Amino acid sequence: MRTNESYFQIVARRFRKNRLAVAGSVIISILFVLALFAPLLSRYDPSRIDVENILSPPSAAHWMGTDESGRDVLSRMIYGARVSMLVGFVAVGIATLIGIFFGAVAGYYGGKVDAVIMRFVDIMLCFPTFFLILAVIAVLEPSLLNIMIIIGVTGWMGVARLVRAEFLALKEQEFVQAARAFGASDFRIIFRHLLPNAMAPVLVSATFGIAGAILTESALSFFGLGVQPPTPSWGNILSSGYKYIDFAHWLSIFPGLAILVTALGYNLLGEGLRDALDPRLMTEE
Amino acid sequence: MATFLLKRILLLVPMLFGITVITFVVIHLAPGSPTDSLTELNPKASARARENLKKIYGLDKPLHIQYFHWVRRLAVMDLGRSFTDGRSVLVKIRERLPITILINVCSMLLILAVAVPIGILSATKQYSFFDKATTVLVFVGFAMPTFWLALLLMILFGATLGWLPISGLQSMHADQLTFWPLLCDRARHLVLPIFVSSFGGLAGYSRYMRSSMLEVVRQDYIRTARAKGLPERAVIYKHAFRNALMSTITILGLAIPGLIGGSAIFEQIFAIPGMGKLFLDATWARDYPVVMGILFIGALLTLLGNLVADIAYAVADPRVRVEEAQ
Repeated sequence: MRTNESYFQIVARRFRKNRLAVAGSVIISILFVLALFAPLLSRYDPSRIDVENILSPPSAAHWMGTDESGRDVLSRMIYGARVSMLVGFVAVGIATLIGIFFGAVAGYYGGKVDAVIMRFVDIMLCFPTFFLILAVIAVLEPSLLNIMIIIGVTGWMGVARLVRAEFLALKEQEFVQAARAFGASDFRIIFRHLLPNAMAPVLVSATFGIAGAILTESALSFFGLGVQPPTPSWGNILSSGYKYIDFAHWLSIFPGLAILVTALGYNLLGEGLRDALDPRLMTEE
Repeated sequence: MATFLLKRILLLVPMLFGITVITFVVIHLAPGSPTDSLTELNPKASARARENLKKIYGLDKPLHIQYFHWVRRLAVMDLGRSFTDGRSVLVKIRERLPITILINVCSMLLILAVAVPIGILSATKQYSFFDKATTVLVFVGFAMPTFWLALLLMILFGATLGWLPISGLQSMHADQLTFWPLLCDRARHLVLPIFVSSFGGLAGYSRYMRSSMLEVVRQDYIRTARAKGLPERAVIYKHAFRNALMSTITILGLAIPGLIGGSAIFEQIFAIPGMGKLFLDATWARDYPVVMGILFIGALLTLLGNLVADIAYAVADPRVRVEEAQ
């Protein structure tokens, strides 16, 4: 083990050595560029209807063909990347914040507070998540914002358990006792001393969570319960396209492939981060 | 063992209470009242009809009274009546539940039968070609959108190759068949749904089995077994495998909500009249009593599944029941 490296440098070096992890981050970076610069990168307006080019196969003019209204599929796919990235990040952001809050409170204070919060987590985990999401959508309108909130609010339990476990292990250590002896407030101990030390597993689970959120959103949109047309999302492109699968397979192949590759990218990234951040593996070198 | 069982069963009470509260809260998130969809969409509904409906569903009472009434009816398994056809929700669910449970149990068995050997093989031959190939498959399995996989398989096996039926539970001429051909017909209809519903679990489970095997092989008692000259087969299958399987039982319990939730997706695509399809249809129709009923039943099934997994774990591992009972 090289001694003059910082923690971050060690992690970065170990991450770069992992080819699959690098492949994952390349996929995600490309998607980010596509999502950010969607208006510059797409050759057509994603909602421009062209009745003379309905369901035309992939060609030089339309690399991924056109859909049932003659709209350019590639442009719609690029704009769809925006939806996927947005849903992934916002939903997991919400889930992570809620999970950190409950996990930190439960782990730090322990006792009755801990018992109540953890029982609540157990109860939430009893619900098949997809059913819970469907039930809330039945009650509220399906929209991009609602989808992100619903996926976030139903997906925080894993993070809460992780953070709690980390806090339980950390809070009896000397550096925490020292901070307490110096008169640091609970708030300061939780956010300055404990949380930064508990972030590694949270980061890893959030990366996997993004893949999960993107898969959930696409399934919801596929069933017409997610992002509503005309806003293009990979799920709803697939949903309106698979009716024509017998003679226009490109409408079903490309969106599904995009979802698969994106989720794969985040999973590879997460796996790479887990290995790179794992202190047990660090000392083995 | 008796103390352990009693403790586990007593724990169900607060869990059940929590499940009813959350189900109740979810449905009452609705802006306005659940009867709006019945009345507002129907211009003929007068103000009086609206008030009547509210009375029937008890919506004119304060929330905690409504909850109390709902739970009291729940205790005698009265889940109310569907908004769409006025039939009892319990009857509707009871019609749909067996096929959903059948498919889920079959997927669970398939997952166990395939993922456990894969996990053991890739752990004992770590970094071999087989291990690397399954790792790739596992990653694809995790990232696969189930509904897309279902569509692709329908196209491949149903339309292009014509090997398997792609929708429903039986062929049109099924009522003329005798027992065995009928069973065969049913089975052919279930092949694709069961495969799709177990796909994600297959990936997760074989990965889990692999890492738990890898963990176990590093233990001292494995080294001891090897040191005393046991053949490798005995070390792996008698000593390592049995211990690795332990933790796997718990995970099987945790997989239940995922399987039940996923049933909505493949039942819809393969047009299987199960509970998942009923739920999706109710979601589209905003049929709140049905949504509420299935949400509750789904959580109940998970709770029972976890109980069974816990008991199985305690039966298999004496350490658990001793520790828990103390």
